[in-house]
Amino acid sequence: MSGHLLSVLIFFPLLGVLAIVVGGREMSDATARWLALFVTLVTFGLSIAVLGRFDHSAPGFQLVEQASWVPSIGLQWIVGVDGISLWLVLLTTFLFPVSVLASWTVTTDVRRYMIAMLALETAVLGTFLALDLIVFFIFFEALLVPMYLLIGGWGGERRVYAALKFFLYTMAGSAFLLVAILFLYAHTGASTFDLRALADASATLPVQTARWLFLGFFIAFAVKVPVFPLHTWLPDAHTEAPTAGSVLLAGVLLKVGAYGMIRFTLTLFPEAAKHFATAIEVLAVIGIIYGAVCALGQRDVKRLVAYSSVSHLGFVVLGLFALTEQSVTGGVLQMVNHGLATGALFLLVGMVYERTHTRQLDKMGGLASQMPWLLGFFLFAVFASAGLPGLSSFVGEFLVIVGTFAVSHLFGALASVAVVLGAIYLLWSYQRVAYGPIHEEHRTLPDVSLREVIVIAPVLALLLVFGVYPKLLTTSIDPATKQVVEQVSPDHATTVIPATQVTAQAGSGG
Amino acid sequence: MMVVFHLLAQAAPSPSPLATPPTGPDAPIPTPVLVFQPVIPELILCGVAIVGMLYEAFARQSARTVHLVFALAGLAGAGIAAIGLWNWTGDPTVLGDAIAADRFTVVATVVLVIAAAFGVIHYTHETARGRLAFRGEFYPLVLFATAGMVLIAAANDLIVVFIALEILSLSLYVLTGLGGRRSNEAAMKYFLLGAFSSAFFLYGVAMAYGATGTTKIPAIVSALGGQTGSQALALLALGLLVIGFGFKIAAAPFHMWTPDVYQGAPTPVVAFMSAATKVAAFFALMRVLDVALQPLTTTWTPVIYALSIVSVVLGAVLAAAQRDVKRMLAYSSVAHAGFILAGLTSPNMIGIRAAMFYLIAYSVMTVGAFGVTMLVGVKTEEPSSYDSYDGLSERSPGLAALLTIFLLSLAGIPPTVGFIAKLTVFGAAIRAGNWPLVIVCVLASVIAAYAYLRVVVRMYFRAPHVAVDDDRSVVPQVAGLVLALAVIVLGVFPRLLSSVIESASILKW
Repeated sequence: MSGHLLSVLIFFPLLGVLAIVVGGREMSDATARWLALFVTLVTFGLSIAVLGRFDHSAPGFQLVEQASWVPSIGLQWIVGVDGISLWLVLLTTFLFPVSVLASWTVTTDVRRYMIAMLALETAVLGTFLALDLIVFFIFFEALLVPMYLLIGGWGGERRVYAALKFFLYTMAGSAFLLVAILFLYAHTGASTFDLRALADASATLPVQTARWLFLGFFIAFAVKVPVFPLHTWLPDAHTEAPTAGSVLLAGVLLKVGAYGMIRFTLTLFPEAAKHFATAIEVLAVIGIIYGAVCALGQRDVKRLVAYSSVSHLGFVVLGLFALTEQSVTGGVLQMVNHGLATGALFLLVGMVYERTHTRQLDKMGGLASQMPWLLGFFLFAVFASAGLPGLSSFVGEFLVIVGTFAVSHLFGALASVAVVLGAIYLLWSYQRVAYGPIHEEHRTLPDVSLREVIVIAPVLALLLVFGVYPKLLTTSIDPATKQVVEQVSPDHATTVIPATQVTAQAGSGG
Repeated sequence: MMVVFHLLAQAAPSPSPLATPPTGPDAPIPTPVLVFQPVIPELILCGVAIVGMLYEAFARQSARTVHLVFALAGLAGAGIAAIGLWNWTGDPTVLGDAIAADRFTVVATVVLVIAAAFGVIHYTHETARGRLAFRGEFYPLVLFATAGMVLIAAANDLIVVFIALEILSLSLYVLTGLGGRRSNEAAMKYFLLGAFSSAFFLYGVAMAYGATGTTKIPAIVSALGGQTGSQALALLALGLLVIGFGFKIAAAPFHMWTPDVYQGAPTPVVAFMSAATKVAAFFALMRVLDVALQPLTTTWTPVIYALSIVSVVLGAVLAAAQRDVKRMLAYSSVAHAGFILAGLTSPNMIGIRAAMFYLIAYSVMTVGAFGVTMLVGVKTEEPSSYDSYDGLSERSPGLAALLTIFLLSLAGIPPTVGFIAKLTVFGAAIRAGNWPLVIVCVLASVIAAYAYLRVVVRMYFRAPHVAVDDDRSVVPQVAGLVLALAVIVLGVFPRLLSSVIESASILKW
């Protein structure tokens, strides 16, 4: 087992699926819940084991496993982890038990729900760990199915529409990815889908070809992130998904897109990435501001958080394509932080919704007096999401903005403005939920239960820990991002201060 | 039996049919050496079919089980005989160059026989439940159709291709009409259009003869290869042959019969023919295009390219517009024909292997999908309408899960075999430099995915109709389960299949 830790990690949740399937109709709902919780916790434990074996100072892939799968076309099972994927894997394995626990209130078709959750975990872990392009693509496509079932089966009123929109948007995007992968495979003549081999081979591609292929990869990931103007599936999917679905969608699935950008588009097509960087930065900045402005206009609190994701993911993309060491590290940090902060927001919105049965801001109000603890947690999550210094999002956003300033003052300034907008919509929405006159029918609502505290407390605690001591993450992220940046734009990597130093200052400053 | 044939072959006087045939107008047609071993599968199928026919004619009351046992025994025998030919070391062609004894044929035979076995089992179940009137002729007809299909894959002479085409077509016309009134109508339509396409095909054979002076594939290759000057006749032949095949593989724009026949014919027949006809016709198409017309490669690849684009786009778009599962699957079969054609735009072994993989994968998925539609919404007026699938996951979770697996595989979602199949054909097309075609295909598969998902939505996200009921018998569900497992296992371990296909090369000249 020790030699196959990553494979075991990826497929362990499938054991849970198998157990539930074999259990059949005799298995009670409670058993299915506990089983799913147990499986996701063990998976988390396995990922901690990965963390333990990980050498934080080394760049490049570690714990690599390689085996031939379909030799006729050179398809291999290759998995490996580096400083970037490590934290995304941990984020994933952390958010899954939280989501399972948050789904305790799901009462219809519990077994099938848990099957979808566990299958989703396998697919997501696979995308983060795969180093063979086709293996990545397989997981990338496969994660659509359980997510589609989660949204469509347990979502809100317009769930079927939202689920189908989500599926088709992403599948249309990944169509380009598949063509680009096959084209790359055919043209480099490497007869392998191994990312490391293809990264070397792609250097020989003609410039124009590489740029087209870059676009093929980029569109697929841009849909997933989503980058403006390909974001229109997101508000629907987030709003209609069940609570855990929203948490995982925002916390983990969007990261798959951003991860794909850094892992594949930047690594495979450095020249094209530089060529298109400015255009993508423009889109990212538009997304940041557009998402914030849309969030300001929302009445549905879930939709508001969804648009805030568009804005926050804009920061990630901006960071990745500003192509400085700090900005890329900041982007990766922001991926983790956004997963935690927005995950927490969706969890809390779900808890409020379970009590008030409304998501409309103007039908809420004054809840802080009735549920002080719940709204206290909510406020914490709002601060974290708005990037209050001392909480984790601040470090990520700060690094992105600092890194972007080195490239373009305009984009850096615009992004900073958006941070203010973010504070406005988040605090404003909190104000409308928490303060003001309380509705009569909300006077009897209970405060948080013990289960809910167990769900939310670890997430908030991590937000604080990563905010105060971001070095925990950056020490392992830095070597990996440095490698990427050096490859894409060597001039940026050397001239500026190391990101670790900046984060240390930012952390102590907050 | 094999020994007897072998002895016959030994006793025959002339050593090889290829050895300097006498020429001149008055020369007698040479008597070929009769080596029957490579056609034993066909002989077994026809023999058992005749026995079944006699039984049906003379038994006072023919018994379903007797027919079933005969048919399955015949199919199993043919399959085993075919596998026995895997390591055939005799002449590569037998019976005067009319039959090719290569592994390509063996693969086709095994797939066809298995598809036929599922059809026979499904039909027996349907009639046992009283949803179809029992007709004993069904069994011999399926065997004859299978014999024709096996023969068409093995045929090494255009005349034999035509004969095999007629054997399988005539059987299928009758099989299509075995249901009620709508089924008769479908059979009539199928027959008229089919006869028309056969005429095209035969005309194509005649043109090929005109161009090369022979109908034997090896001779055609050498004649075309050495030809200079006008190739008008050969090109005419190419066009007519492609039209004839286009009809059988249901490629657009020759697909018009497909939706009506699929909807009208009894479901077990559809399950069989949707897979088997496509497999047989495509295997023959590959032999004709990639082998016989190999010297004209640069001419026929653009034709296949265009057919592929039209098929995937029309098939996917029309499938998305349907409200009846059988019609939807019919249009999707048009799209799948297009995907396979995309693989064949790579005119070499890569393309052929990709197409073989796809055909086998498609057979598994489509037989499985039709097998489930047979069981859903029984006793309703329109059992295959989407309305019957509302809330299927609550009514019959097993059936819903099976159909979902098949539909996801048809949509090409990993980890199913449908994904690997798409990957191989697209890979083949890209290697041949046809990436614009692949972009069209991939986008079409998104549209097709929408068509399949509409059914999944009905099954999982709608409340069930009270009046609708399903057949939850064990036998067809186990059959479905076997196919669903095949879909997953081959999707995860495609090597199991691809290693066989890699060693199954086609006979080239």
